Amino acid sequence: MKAELRPTAAPVSRRFSLSSSRYFVYILVAPLFLVLLAYVIYPMYQTFLESVKIDGQLSLANYARFFSLEHTANLEALWTSFYISVLSVICCGIVGVGMAFLLERYEFPGRKILSVLAMVPMALPPLIGVLSFTFLYGESGIIPRALKALLHLEQVPFSLKGIWGVVVVHTFTMYTYFYMTASAAIKGLDPSLEEAAASLGAGRLYIWRRVILPMLTPAIVASSLLVFMISMASYTAPLIFGIDRTMTMQIYLSRTNGSLDMAATQSTILSIVSILFLILMRWYQGVRNYQNLSKGVGVHRTEVKSVLGKYVSMVLSFIGVVILLLPILVLVLISFSEDGTWTVQILPPKYTVSHYVELFTDGKTWRPIANSFEMSLIATLGNIIFGVAAAYAMVRLKFKGKTLLDVLIMLPWALPGTVVGINLIAAFNQETIFSLNQILVGSFWILPLAYFVRHLPLVFRSTSAALMQMDSSVEEAARNLGATWWYSFRRVVFPMALGGILAGTLLALVQGIGEFVASILLFTPRTTPISVEIFQRMYAFEFGTACAYGVLQVMLIIIVLFITRKFTGDQAGTAV
Amino acid sequence: MIDVTLDHVSKRFGSVTGVEDVHIQIRPGEFFTFLGPSGCGKTTTLRMIAGFYYPSAGLIRFGSQDVTTLPPNKRNTSMVFQNYALFPHLTVFENIAFGLQVRKKPKAEIIEKVERAQEQVHLQGLGSRRIDQLSGGQQQRVALARALVIEPRILLLDEPLSNLDAKLREETRLEIKRLQLELGITTIYVTHDQAEAMAMSDRIMVMQEGVVQQIGSPEEIYNRPVNRFVASFIGETNLWDGIVESVDREEVAVRFAGDVVLRGLRKNCSPGCGLTAGAAVTASIRPESVRLIGSEGQPDHNVLAGKVALSEFTGVSVNYVTEVGSRQLKAMFVNEGRRVRQRGEEIHFYIPKEGVYFVG
Repeated sequence: MKAELRPTAAPVSRRFSLSSSRYFVYILVAPLFLVLLAYVIYPMYQTFLESVKIDGQLSLANYARFFSLEHTANLEALWTSFYISVLSVICCGIVGVGMAFLLERYEFPGRKILSVLAMVPMALPPLIGVLSFTFLYGESGIIPRALKALLHLEQVPFSLKGIWGVVVVHTFTMYTYFYMTASAAIKGLDPSLEEAAASLGAGRLYIWRRVILPMLTPAIVASSLLVFMISMASYTAPLIFGIDRTMTMQIYLSRTNGSLDMAATQSTILSIVSILFLILMRWYQGVRNYQNLSKGVGVHRTEVKSVLGKYVSMVLSFIGVVILLLPILVLVLISFSEDGTWTVQILPPKYTVSHYVELFTDGKTWRPIANSFEMSLIATLGNIIFGVAAAYAMVRLKFKGKTLLDVLIMLPWALPGTVVGINLIAAFNQETIFSLNQILVGSFWILPLAYFVRHLPLVFRSTSAALMQMDSSVEEAARNLGATWWYSFRRVVFPMALGGILAGTLLALVQGIGEFVASILLFTPRTTPISVEIFQRMYAFEFGTACAYGVLQVMLIIIVLFITRKFTGDQAGTAV
Repeated sequence: MIDVTLDHVSKRFGSVTGVEDVHIQIRPGEFFTFLGPSGCGKTTTLRMIAGFYYPSAGLIRFGSQDVTTLPPNKRNTSMVFQNYALFPHLTVFENIAFGLQVRKKPKAEIIEKVERAQEQVHLQGLGSRRIDQLSGGQQQRVALARALVIEPRILLLDEPLSNLDAKLREETRLEIKRLQLELGITTIYVTHDQAEAMAMSDRIMVMQEGVVQQIGSPEEIYNRPVNRFVASFIGETNLWDGIVESVDREEVAVRFAGDVVLRGLRKNCSPGCGLTAGAAVTASIRPESVRLIGSEGQPDHNVLAGKVALSEFTGVSVNYVTEVGSRQLKAMFVNEGRRVRQRGEEIHFYIPKEGVYFVG
């Protein structure tokens, strides 16, 4: 039987409506671009303007001063930032890739606990990490003093200071980037590739050189770029270790000395470096990735079998566990010490729980916590609205300018916090239309705005990742079963993306609560956030209170990481 | 050309036994297949020959050389993997050249040999392609070329055709067989596809749950399976359980439930099968040995009446699933243009005595 093919009745004629116009989508995405224009582009432009304008005249005098060979402070700072970053990349690479290999490829006593704790540095906000490192390994730190007493030395045998102090702290806090990408890459390595090489006659070393390392190169290059960028932007470690000649410190010093034009010049130069790296990273990500060519097969772990090997690996894992846990343990310990009592002793002599009680009862100590939560909440609310809308637009809508949107959202992430701070100062220390004709600098709103801008990509990235993972046929299936667009969005799309939205939201919230770098440039006495309060307490020798704040932050982060892991299925940190 | 001996080889993983007491000698230049369902230990055995696992007990010899614990890169065996395991960061040429570079061959020789290998597998001119720019069939041929170019003593193939579609699988099957015959290389082939094994192999080893069931030529394994498992795993068959009714010098009569009696030849039985009156026995009847009763008259024995439950016309043949009493009988007839019986129709069969095979 042949059914005659005849066009079915003409499609139901659509009345012209706004939403069916192909320009409608641009009305939808316009607010997104407007927000980016107002709070990302305009501040950057204002900073640039500040740097090239002297008394209303266009002038490159600031740049001439920056690159002047007579006053080399700026060039030195650029050079120092650069080589600290290179050293950080090398150290992080060695530690991170080495750890990834040990933990992914070998089975030894202590492997499991070590692999859980390997991610601990993620839970330390930069300021807290640096502080506990100085408590532990600084000139008056616990370990050097203990060694001095133990070995009856005149002087402390070693101490963490200067540039190496910065590099060590960077290594501890940033090796996780290498560790995460390298262990993902190693997990993705198909063991049959190595077997194929072996069956073709290749020995262990040859396999390493020709097969394993080339396969890991993309992961290693990507994390190198990332760590380099974050090291360039690092502000806290140089601040605490007193390295003034880094770019971020120079910006901070220029700003506190009142020369905003110089700060703007330095910011612009640092921005250019950061943006170049962002472009380099995006370009490299597009080049090549070998991981998903063959299907995942379980990696065989080589078991350490010899008795000696077992003991050595046990001792080494123990040392690893101690190094990873000490910063947090020390933080907890000092948080119970009485303020002002710890002077030359190895450990604080007197203990109290009053700091924790005061955190929540004393109005003066509670204030910064309330401030941070309030400001971060406001910022995060903005991040959710912007992030979800932008993610939906990126993944589901078709419009010209997608790449631009993507780049603009990622830009604040690439910019150092110090630069974001300077940008906002340059833009909003006057009345503008974007601030509803208010001067924001010095007001409550400048910090939430800074947090919003700095954490712009977080919700966006986690949500768009969740949306992209969702096979569009899932939504089609729902529609095919008779669901309306709204029903399928409510019952299918939204619940499936919820994990991603929540993960990004929590991350943005907790990062806002811990934000230090931009805060220290922008805070006002009435809106002091926790991190700035910690910094101030440290300088008032109130270590106990400072550490109690720190413990609170670390706990918040651990809770958030835990929840995020639950929601995104064992991939904590994908949204970072 | 070299022979491979597995001398009472066993492999245990912790407390789980992977392979139990495999004892075989593979002849020089032979195409030898390990056949069995997944998890039967065939790949484990192959990997022991390649050197990726070391046996828990027993010895492996290539010729007179004991290679039991020799590392894989010293064995000069090359393996073609199920997922090909091509190096994604290298080009086609570099992939094929890998083993020669390991052996530090001079450049000119490498180029010449790789080009020859490319010709052998019909990949001329694709040397500079990246692996992800190749089709599945092309990738498979790169893997084959990479394995052959080093002129291995033994070629190991681990289900190399399972990722190809049906038509390509047949082409590649012929290709592998042709190369093997041309090069005369001792080849060990792992598969779960019995048709593939039958078509390619000189000899087949059938395995189940780590234990060798039968070793023999495809003919032997198909026509004279040693047990129920081999009979049912190799090809299609009908297995009927019955009781031996009578035995004489040449013939056996077996009674099945529902008053069906079939006569078979006494010599058509597997080794462990006791053909004495009253013993339980299983008859294996291949679908293609069933005859339709036509006009040539009715034989006096082994005649069955069935009802068509399912009929299948494949072009080459007509396949029926019929109900004979409470039992099922699968029957296959070469298509000679006769009418295809429909579901529910009555159908009469004759099973020649030679078509009944007894397994223990």
